[in-house]
Amino acid sequence: MTRTGPKTTGPKTNGLKTNGLKTTARLALTLAAALTLSPGAAAIAATTAFVHARLIPIDGPETADGLLVITDGRIAYAGNAGGFAVPADATVVDATGRWIMPGLVDTHSHVGGFAAADDSGPIQPGVRVLDDVNVLDAGYRRVVAGGLTTLNVMPGSGFLSSGQTVYLKMRKVGRGEVLNAEDLAYTVDDGQGGRRVLGGLKMANGTNPQKKPPFPGTRGKSAQLVRTSFIKAQEYRAKVTEAGGDAAKLPPRDLDLEALVEVLDGRRVVHHHTHRADDIVTVLRLQKEFGFRLVLQHVSEGWKVADQIAAAGVPCSVIVIDTPGGKLEARDLRFETGAILTAAGVNVAFHTDDWITDSRLFLRSAALGVRGGMKREDALRAVTLAGAEMLDLQDRVGSLTAGKDADFIVLDGDPLSVYTRVRQTWVEGRQVFDLDDPDDRLHADGGQGAGANQTPYLCCADDGGES
Amino acid sequence: MTRPLLMILTALSMATAAAALEPSPTTGGTLAVRAALLHIGHGEPIADGGVLIENGRITQVGPFATLAVPQGVNVLQAAVVTPGLIDARATAGLTGMLNIPHDQDMLDHTTAMQPELRALDAYNPQDELVAWLRSLGVTTLHTGFAPGPPLSGQTMIVKTTGATADLAALVPAAAVAVTLSPPRGFGGAGELFTTRAKTVAVLRQDLIRAREYRDKTAAAGRDRKATAPDRDLHLEALARVLDGELALLVTAHRVRDIAGALRLQKEFKLRLWLDGAAEAHQLLPELKAAGVPVLLHPAMARPTGELENAAYSTAGSLQAAGVPFAFTSGYESYVPKVRVVLFEAAVAAGHGLDRLAALEALTLGAARVLGIDRRVGSLEKGKDGDLALFDGDPFEYTTHCLGTVIEGRVVSEIVR
Repeated sequence: MTRTGPKTTGPKTNGLKTNGLKTTARLALTLAAALTLSPGAAAIAATTAFVHARLIPIDGPETADGLLVITDGRIAYAGNAGGFAVPADATVVDATGRWIMPGLVDTHSHVGGFAAADDSGPIQPGVRVLDDVNVLDAGYRRVVAGGLTTLNVMPGSGFLSSGQTVYLKMRKVGRGEVLNAEDLAYTVDDGQGGRRVLGGLKMANGTNPQKKPPFPGTRGKSAQLVRTSFIKAQEYRAKVTEAGGDAAKLPPRDLDLEALVEVLDGRRVVHHHTHRADDIVTVLRLQKEFGFRLVLQHVSEGWKVADQIAAAGVPCSVIVIDTPGGKLEARDLRFETGAILTAAGVNVAFHTDDWITDSRLFLRSAALGVRGGMKREDALRAVTLAGAEMLDLQDRVGSLTAGKDADFIVLDGDPLSVYTRVRQTWVEGRQVFDLDDPDDRLHADGGQGAGANQTPYLCCADDGGES
Repeated sequence: MTRPLLMILTALSMATAAAALEPSPTTGGTLAVRAALLHIGHGEPIADGGVLIENGRITQVGPFATLAVPQGVNVLQAAVVTPGLIDARATAGLTGMLNIPHDQDMLDHTTAMQPELRALDAYNPQDELVAWLRSLGVTTLHTGFAPGPPLSGQTMIVKTTGATADLAALVPAAAVAVTLSPPRGFGGAGELFTTRAKTVAVLRQDLIRAREYRDKTAAAGRDRKATAPDRDLHLEALARVLDGELALLVTAHRVRDIAGALRLQKEFKLRLWLDGAAEAHQLLPELKAAGVPVLLHPAMARPTGELENAAYSTAGSLQAAGVPFAFTSGYESYVPKVRVVLFEAAVAAGHGLDRLAALEALTLGAARVLGIDRRVGSLEKGKDGDLALFDGDPFEYTTHCLGTVIEGRVVSEIVR
């Protein structure tokens, strides 16, 4: 173990020394989060250097003897050892034998204990899943155990549009930490002195949204309802434009139409559940008509229409399931989908669809992509940078690149091997998962109590041992 | 996406290596396999090992150089070869790939207690799920009625080939399926049992009735003056359980339900197979003492509801405690419609279970638990020539299954 710089008091973690600023860092994070709620602002004011790890930066070649330097919650350097002068006061962590890669980005997750949506209607773009997310859901413990640091949390697929998705940063949740889902959300300056929560719009076609009226009964009806909604949104937008800022002329605010206008204006990406080839093509047809930005989600039969998808320039977030079927639309699902779409020139990500597949095994989807013929680098990109691009977060996460958030994972072997474990997960320069911590390990492995949601700290009413 | 795959050589000449791999009547049932690593079902693998299968049965096993392969016999080559994999608790073939009423025969909702339902009358060997499992090295399935009502029906053991259920059957009736976790009634009024205690009560009552039926039947056989009861398929099935002819397969996840299963075993002296057992990690000494094998839930079964305390590491815990266990695909009502034991064992191997122990549990261990180890589970002279061929460590996600052999016939050559 090599260590320089100031004395550290952090726990030894199986050959990997964490920085010794845990207590201070927690306080700093809490304060920062309370003040700004802004990703990147919650940071440790210190520099840590991970030396001798094998680095998988995603946006460049793997480095056998790598150096990762993080400062103030961001990546200062990632590359060859010796390519960067580590500050004298940095905490140095010997990561010999470890592999480090970016935190994983899951473009389609249902973790958070929320309802899919209610049955009041097939199109509900005004509904925000954010308002139903339980940050204490045990699923989020499994999420960080799997090395996921960014999630697109989505409402369900039994609707043409079940509402707005939210992009979450997997900061530490629980007692003395984040308890409001909004504090996990990626945000941007809204130009009016506040912050706008980032997310997309969930849409779906095929059999899932087909139910009794007012839901559609056929694919044709589904498309008709969606077209009608977008046309209304176009008319609403025209009225807003015509008003020219005159409050008296503005139409009454309509949250559903406002969300659809954001879609029409390209400020909100449509994440569209779709399986069958003809359904995929229907989505592409609607996209062409209304011009919205689109990520195809699941895309089980995408391999059949890879060229059409590529020609449309639409990225795909692909699900990997152990066996085809389980529903008619997924009978032709294949391990080869990622490989075929990538070869056609489509930007491909994978997703968990958790609880369909478990976040703890997200890297397995990338590995099964390789099993299906995908190149290793494309498969690893598909669980990191490609996903970040689909969420418009590529400038913040998805690769080990100087200036990006210090979201990364430490592994004890090749990320595509079944025998490899995620040892640590870091978000904004702070460790949020440690396999050597017994409670974290319980959630990584499962076991008695692993399914229980975390207990919030209730001041003066329970003995949490913390104040 | 079938691709040509297995490198075929003949014992006669390397020049014919490119010969097409078409199972034909003239070669069916006889072939040789050469593996850089040959796993025989237990212990360390044999380096550069070989197996000769003649007329469907293994006749020689050992280092390839020691085999006497008759002229003209095809030699399949692969990096790693294992015995055919065994799924110790499935519903595939009763449940079908499409998940539409047409192909879902794993649960009968008409009434809650139906031990008389035979898997043989419901298993569809031609379902695509069976072909999928076969393409991933699974050669033997213990399949049948799904968990759900207190008594859902029977199970059977099949090979993953065979045009009909009768041809596929290795054991036409293996067990009667009971579910304790979660307690769930089916059928009409008076059968919607929703508590654990009631479920156990109706099961005990049924088993007691079956014991009386069996005793009366036996008495009539001994004494011509005694009247034999009218035949009752329901009680006949349970009488076979009481006789130990069929096992009682009890799906129990919670500690209290596992304990309940052990109580049933003790009271009725049953041959118990504990199925699922998500909380088995809390009862290792008790399971060891009871000598009960565990048909362990899929490692990747979702940790919610009755399985909220499930652990990836349970297989490793059972192994360490000396409790016999096997891997299962369990039952899924949605996606994935069937799980693959190869993948489940891999996750267990990635979470604390020794690799060789995982491989043994997938093959010989499962065969022993199911009582079919005289036929399958290991590569030994006299056993069925059932093999799975891989291009690397079978558990690695990126390894492919290259082909599957059942009784000396290549039954899958899909690279998957």
